[in-house]
Amino acid sequence: MAKMIEINERLCLACKSCELECALAHGEARSLAEAVLAGEPLQSRVHVEAAGQYSVPLQCRHCEDAPCIAVCPTEAIRRPSEHGPVLINAESCIGCKFCLMVCPFGVIDLSRDGKALVKCDLCVARTEAGLAPACVWACPTGALKFEEVDELLRRRRRQAGAQIAAARETAGKKDVT
Amino acid sequence: MKVSGQRSIDPATIEMLEHVAAANMPVAWDRYDAQQPQCGFGQLGICCRNCTMGPCRIDPFGEGPAEGICGATADIIAARNLVRMIAAGAAAHSDHGRDVAHTLLMAAKDPNCDYKIRDERKLRALAAELGVPTEGKDLRQIAHAVAEKAFGQFGQQHGEVIFAARAPEDQQKRWRKAGVMPRGVDREIVEVMHRTHIGVDNDPVNIILGGVRAALGDGWAGSMIATELSDVLFRTPHWVRSRANLGVLDPRNVNIVVHGHEPLLSEMIVAAAQDKELVALAKSKGAQGIGLAGICCTANEILMRHGIPVAGNFLQQELAIATGVVDAMIVDVQCVMPALGKMTECFHTKLISTSPKAKFPFAQHIEFDEAKALGIAKQIVRMAVENYPNREQCRICVPSASNPLVAGFTAENVFTMLGGRYRPSYRPLNDGVMSGRLRGVAAVVGCNNPKHPHDVGHLEIAKELLRNDVLVAVTGCSAIADAKAGLLCPEAAEKYAGKGIQEICRAVGIPPVLHLGSCVDISRILIVLTNMVKEGGLGQSIADLPVAAAAPEWMSEKAVSIGFYAVASGAYTVLGEPLPIQGARGLTKFLTEGIEDLFGGKFAFEGDPVKAARLMIDHIDERRAALHLPGPMYEVPYAPKTVAKAKAAP
Repeated sequence: MAKMIEINERLCLACKSCELECALAHGEARSLAEAVLAGEPLQSRVHVEAAGQYSVPLQCRHCEDAPCIAVCPTEAIRRPSEHGPVLINAESCIGCKFCLMVCPFGVIDLSRDGKALVKCDLCVARTEAGLAPACVWACPTGALKFEEVDELLRRRRRQAGAQIAAARETAGKKDVT
Repeated sequence: MKVSGQRSIDPATIEMLEHVAAANMPVAWDRYDAQQPQCGFGQLGICCRNCTMGPCRIDPFGEGPAEGICGATADIIAARNLVRMIAAGAAAHSDHGRDVAHTLLMAAKDPNCDYKIRDERKLRALAAELGVPTEGKDLRQIAHAVAEKAFGQFGQQHGEVIFAARAPEDQQKRWRKAGVMPRGVDREIVEVMHRTHIGVDNDPVNIILGGVRAALGDGWAGSMIATELSDVLFRTPHWVRSRANLGVLDPRNVNIVVHGHEPLLSEMIVAAAQDKELVALAKSKGAQGIGLAGICCTANEILMRHGIPVAGNFLQQELAIATGVVDAMIVDVQCVMPALGKMTECFHTKLISTSPKAKFPFAQHIEFDEAKALGIAKQIVRMAVENYPNREQCRICVPSASNPLVAGFTAENVFTMLGGRYRPSYRPLNDGVMSGRLRGVAAVVGCNNPKHPHDVGHLEIAKELLRNDVLVAVTGCSAIADAKAGLLCPEAAEKYAGKGIQEICRAVGIPPVLHLGSCVDISRILIVLTNMVKEGGLGQSIADLPVAAAAPEWMSEKAVSIGFYAVASGAYTVLGEPLPIQGARGLTKFLTEGIEDLFGGKFAFEGDPVKAARLMIDHIDERRAALHLPGPMYEVPYAPKTVAKAKAAP
C-alpha cells in the first residue's frame, strides 16, 4: 500500500527546516553553504504557511483524482504507478500554469527559470533507497510523518476507539455516583 | 557492540565508545546523531534573535525574505551573530586572565597566601616591560605593582593595551589605521554587545572591525596576561616528559581528573595530591597511591609545568568517567559538558564543580576560594580518596592506550634552545627557514567537534605539514590529539617528518610537533612569530612570514576569537569547520579575501585535512617567493606551486 506525508500542524514550529532540506534534495549542491556560495538558486517544494496560531507545512497531496493531471494539455503530469506519486515531466511541460490554477492547495509552483512547473515528487529517489522524504527527515518535531495509509488509518481508529471507551467510562462513573 | 571507526581515530576512544554503546550510555556523538538534521538557518548564520520583532531569518535562495523586519540583510545578521561569538570567546579567555591576575595580587599582598611567586626572572622581565619600578622593592612589592597593572588592562578605557606594543611595528600601524587597536579588554567586549543591539552598527565590515578589536584585546591582552602571570605564579614551563590518553588512568590508584581551564585550582590539586597524609590515607584504603590526570586545557597547564599526564581531550571527557576508575572529576570553567552529570550518576565518580560561575547538574559544588586554596584542594582530594572503595569492580573498563610525549615549550625556551644555552637567539630558526631546511612554521590548534571524526583533522594536517618540512606548533585539544598519536616524541620526526625537519630534530633533540600549552597560550605563538619578525630576514610583519594556522575541529566561541586575533595579526588561518556565516555571501567573501588588505591575514574554510594542510603550504610557498627565499632544501612530496623568480640574468 502507498505511503503518504501526514501533517500535524500542532507540532510545527515554523522553523522551515523542511523547506531548506527539500530545496537541497532537489538541487545539485552537496551542502546549503555550497549552494549559497555558488549562487545556485535552489527551490523548495514544501511551503510553511501561517494559519492562525498554527503553521502548516504544505506540499503536493498527490491527489488520487488529481485535477492537475486532468487539465494538463501536454500530458506532462502523470501518475506512473498506481497509488504512486504524481510527477511532472519537465521536458513536456510547456509552463501554461493550468495545473497551478486548479491545484486546491497552491503547491504547484513555477520553476526558478520559469520554463516548467515544479512540485513535490515525494522524493522518489530517496524513498526508493528506503529513506524518508527530505522534508520529513528534516522535521525536528515530527510535524511531518511519512506513513502507510493503512497504518495511519489504524492509528486514528485506535485513538478514536480509546476516546469512545474513555467517554463511556466517565459516563458510567457518573451513573454510579 | 561495534562502533564505526568514523567517530574517532583514537584507539582508546574507539574502545570506550564500544563499551558505552554496549552499556547503552549515550555520549556526545549519540546526541549529535539525535540532533540531525541541524537547522540550516543556524548553520548558515542567517537567523537573528536580537530583538522581539523577530526571530527573523533570511531565505538563502532568494525566494522568501531577503531582509529581517528591521531591514537587516544576510550580511548584517551573520556579521552581528559572528562578532557576538567573538565577544563571548574573548570574555571567556579574559576572565581566565583576570582570575590569574587576581591571584597574583593576593600572593603579593599576603605572605601567607598558598600561592607564591615561583618565577622571579619572569616577574622582573615583566616589571621592566610594564615600566614598574623595581629599585629597592622586594619581590612581593614588584608583584603587587605588576598585578595591579595587569588588572588595569581589563577596565582600561582609553589608550592602548600594553602588550600590543609587543607586536611587530607594521602590524600595530595596521591596527591603528583600521581603528581596531584595543583600548581595554572589557571595553571592546562591551562595545560589541552595543554595536549588535537592534539599530546600531549595520555595516557588515564595520561590525567585523568591532569584533576584531575585541579579539585583539583577547590575544594581545586577556589571554596574554593569563599566560604571562600564570608563568610568574606557577613557573614558566620547561621541557617535560609525560604520557597521554585514557590509559594513564591506573586502576590501582585513587584517580582524580581535573577538567576545565584555569590553572589556579589544578595547581593546588597537584600539591594536595602529594600530601603525605592523604597519600597514606589512600594506601590505607587499599590504593597504590593518588593518580592525577587532566582533560582539556587545565590538563595542558599542569602537563606543561609538572608533567602530570593527560587523560584526553574535549570529546573524551564522558569516556573518562565511563572507565569506572575515576574517583573524582573536578571541573572549573569552559568546555565542561553538562552531560557529565548524568554520566557520573551511572558510576561512583564524584563530579565536583568549583567555580561560582559554573555549576552543573548532578555535581557537588565545593566553591573554590583562592584565599583558602590548599585547604579546599585537600578537602577535594580527601573526598576522592574516600570515594575509592565505592568503585564497582565489575564495571571497570580502562583502555590500555597511552603514548609518551614531550611538552613544555614556550616562546622563551622553544627556539632559543636552537642557539644553545649561551647564545639564545631566534637566529637559527630564521636561518633554518631562510635556507629552506624548514619550509615554514604552522600552528595547529583548537577543539574537537563530533561533526568531524575525532582527532583525524588534527593528526592528518600535522602529518601532511611535517612530511613537507613545515614545523608544527600546537596548543589545546589539538596538542592532546597529537600527544596521543605519538607526534610529540622526538622519534616522531623519523617517522613522519621530511628530511629538513629530521635534521633539526636530530641536532637539537626536539619533537617535530611542539606543544606550547593551553588555548590561552596561543599568545605564546604570537610572541614566537613576533620574535621571528624581529630577528630579521623574514619581512616586516607576521603577514610576511612563511607561516600559517589551522583549527581543523574547532567548535567553541573562544576559537572564533582566536581565529580573529590570528587573522588580524597577519596569519592565514584555515578552519576545518566553516564560520557560521556562509548564508551571507558578501561577508564570506570579505573574511576569506578582503580582510587581507587590512591585516595581511585571512580565513579559508576546508574540511578535508590534507587539502587544508596543502592550502597552508601553498600560502607558505607564496610568502617564501615574496621574500625571494629558495624553495624547500630537500625534495618534498607536495612540491611548491609558487617559487621565487630567479634573478634575471644580465
